[in-house]
Amino acid sequence: MGMLQTPSIPQKPAVLFPEIARAEGNFRTCIQCGVCSASCPMSESMDFTPRKAVRMLLEGRFDDVVSSNTPWLCVSCHTCSTRCPSQLLISDGLFPALRAAVMETGKQLDQDLQTALHKTYLYGNPMGEGPNKRTDWAKTSSVPVPVLSQIRRPVDVLWIVECYPSFDPRGQAISRLLARILTLLHVDFAILGREERCVGDCEWLAGERGLFEMLIERNIETLGKYHFKEVLMTDPHAYRSLRNVYPSMGGRYVVKHYTEFLRERLDQLKPLLKKKLNVTVTYHDSCCLGRKMAQYEDPRILLNAIPGVKLMEMTPNRESALCCGGGGSTIYLDHFIQERVKDRLADRRVRQAAATGAGILAVACPFEPSRFEDGIKMTGNEGKLVVREIIELLAESMELV
Amino acid sequence: MNIAVVLKQVPDLVEGLEIDASGKAVDPSSVRYILSESDDHALEEALVTKERLGGRIEVYSLDTGEAKEALVTALAKGADHAVVVDAGLESAPDNHTAAGIFASIFREKRFDLILTGVRAIDDLDGSLGGLIAGFLDLPYVGLIRKVQVEAGATSIIVEKEYPGGCAAELAVTPPAVLGIQAAEQPPRYVPITRLRQMMKTATVEELLVPPVSLQPIGLARLFKPEEGTGAVMLAGSLEQLSQQVTGLIAERHLLR
Repeated sequence: MGMLQTPSIPQKPAVLFPEIARAEGNFRTCIQCGVCSASCPMSESMDFTPRKAVRMLLEGRFDDVVSSNTPWLCVSCHTCSTRCPSQLLISDGLFPALRAAVMETGKQLDQDLQTALHKTYLYGNPMGEGPNKRTDWAKTSSVPVPVLSQIRRPVDVLWIVECYPSFDPRGQAISRLLARILTLLHVDFAILGREERCVGDCEWLAGERGLFEMLIERNIETLGKYHFKEVLMTDPHAYRSLRNVYPSMGGRYVVKHYTEFLRERLDQLKPLLKKKLNVTVTYHDSCCLGRKMAQYEDPRILLNAIPGVKLMEMTPNRESALCCGGGGSTIYLDHFIQERVKDRLADRRVRQAAATGAGILAVACPFEPSRFEDGIKMTGNEGKLVVREIIELLAESMELV
Repeated sequence: MNIAVVLKQVPDLVEGLEIDASGKAVDPSSVRYILSESDDHALEEALVTKERLGGRIEVYSLDTGEAKEALVTALAKGADHAVVVDAGLESAPDNHTAAGIFASIFREKRFDLILTGVRAIDDLDGSLGGLIAGFLDLPYVGLIRKVQVEAGATSIIVEKEYPGGCAAELAVTPPAVLGIQAAEQPPRYVPITRLRQMMKTATVEELLVPPVSLQPIGLARLFKPEEGTGAVMLAGSLEQLSQQVTGLIAERHLLR
């Protein structure tokens, strides 16, 4: 009994999330090969490795697993699920179910995580900012950033800015640059402004399916009011969610991450990339854009299009890239995790980046600038390595900064 | 242990509040309500006490400011019964009025403990708990950060902190009213699935009490704090600001 009831707890979510539906009941096919544990960058700090946890659950030792640190150390890098020879969904099936089970038991959650979830429930963003502040970043934009509810006309592109790029100061600056790039490319775009809410991804990976469902329902209702041809996303987590999960709830859109969107406009973009940067760059594949969505080339194509960029590959890269350690809500569990791991993933990844000899660590995910900037300080790489969003590098070559 | 917890929804300050044309109230269109923070702690302390000793928790709220949401959330967290009190009020009254209403209810329904947050951000007058205790002639202790109840004991011990690095334990004999400042552990999280389920299925008792016509304390004027004349507000970019500051330092010979 044990696990097969519990990790597949949800009846509704099984319908909602095709990924979980596929995972349901499958864990009996686990061959205990241990590829998950060997692939997991966090397993050495877990009370029970993923393989062991599966075995224990099959033996009915459910309480031991949910009360261990194992459910909360998964950073949702999805390497286990990508590599599992039995195609079991571990990081995106088993772990969210375990976390949901912990929540159901009424145990005290980590306070930072609880705060982020509660604020997302109240305000639609984990920082707890008021919805009216969603457009604050655009107030100092040098180009118009139209809001759909105000312009009242169909647009080509709805840009879902998402939480970090709306509220985090560095994210806001990057958003202003993207607005300028879109304007220079003559893209007819608009944002949702105060109507925008978190698209959701961290929430369900954190075990908060109810919150995720609530966000999805609300967002589908909001998006249903407007006419647009495609959706542009800056955050790979939200991008994956809107593209892979929303359709099963009735939200079907043409969704593109900005790297794909800009790569499609490369011919238009190239003549604008005037300034030679003369830099060596290494690119970090974010887990959602990489492993989950298999989009490895567009970011590299954009970087290679910038004059004077020499791209060096990190080891490991692409499917095997190491996570920044902030996925699946663990960005809110930093303190919890830091006390339990010897070497933070962001620090390890920064060392891998530094080992290439590159001066710039390029990223395409709004979580990463702050995580890797911290990593650079922690590993003593200040002055040797800086983190740049691909948007920032493009803007620099376009002489926008 | 039978515990009543009195809950109040207060304006959420995450967005700025607007004062309406009357100048005596907050513009309702600019307000959304959330549970008063110390009431959330009062509920948590009640839940912790119930978990230790068993018993029953009833939650009460006046029918103003989206009260049902707070009551249903309390049920989802583990309260046993929720009551929304309709006293014919359009907006949250002053605490004397509210205490009079709750006292009339608690005079009939006896509880061992009545818990409420020690203060709310929109209180017009004194602490609600103290006023309820006054009407009922019960003991009251406010600013509590821990309630210790032992099975079979005739009195309970409450802990509060005094300024100057001093804490005290006080013995109180129930029935009593307690004003909670902070629960001994952070208010618990309720999964949204359970909350949404509760929203659909929970029953909240509607209790009609005679309408209250008199509000002894009236709000004469509500206004944004006025800036003093001595202050000069600087504005501009970081660079402009630093230039202005260094300019002022030089101009006023502040550095010698």
